[in-house]
Amino acid sequence: MDNELVTFSRAGTTLIARICCEIDHHTAARIRTRIDRAIFLERPKAVCLNFKDVRFMDSSGIALILGRVETSSAVGASVHLDGLSPSLYKLVRLSGIERVKNLTVLP
Amino acid sequence: MKRIINEMKLRLPADSRNEAVARSCISAFVAEANPTVEELCDLRCALSEAVTNCIVHAYRGREGLCYVYISARLYETREVTLEISDNGCGIEDIERARAPMFTTGDPTERCGMGFLVMDSFTDSLTVKSRPGKGTTVLMRKILAPVQGEK
Repeated sequence: MDNELVTFSRAGTTLIARICCEIDHHTAARIRTRIDRAIFLERPKAVCLNFKDVRFMDSSGIALILGRVETSSAVGASVHLDGLSPSLYKLVRLSGIERVKNLTVLP
Repeated sequence: MKRIINEMKLRLPADSRNEAVARSCISAFVAEANPTVEELCDLRCALSEAVTNCIVHAYRGREGLCYVYISARLYETREVTLEISDNGCGIEDIERARAPMFTTGDPTERCGMGFLVMDSFTDSLTVKSRPGKGTTVLMRKILAPVQGEK
């Protein structure tokens, strides 16, 4: 069942992690483990977190993003956020994480 | 007196699977008021933060069954109130707990934004707490008038 939370693909040196569930404190721990495992296995130059299929996210998602920036930095990769809906972007803007080093929010 | 259109009381075990249950219930509860997508997202997110706080902080290290109590009201004035309470450890310093980026939780899980989200996504937020007794969070949100209605 955990396999359905995130699906992975590659585009050159970028690892794309497509999150496919609601992100809250309950689901975040399992998403985190799956993405970190993929980052350490694949050693990409960039990690793209795709939120296109995320219908809900609370501040657990912000902690999830910040943690993945940290994991990615450890292997020398930057993080991109893609596919944020207006409501998800509202939370991202409120958190101020757009100013974090090695993190880019794609339009 | 503001007339109440509907009210709901929920008692859920303080288990993280119930974060999603609480959100589903509030969506169903406010549906008749036809909130905008943004208003509904705001309410769901604010409630999710409050319930998560009860689960992560209030009952930390506590044995046995612990509950989160949610009480919702919808008024004729299109005001929605959400009251989330617990019988947990309480908050010693509410002002510090409400400060952005403050957390006593695991920083890989929580980033100290819970109260900031509740505050920003609703029209008012009140936090009452008695250390050792529990915490009650009260939020109010006034939904915009439905287009085409008076």
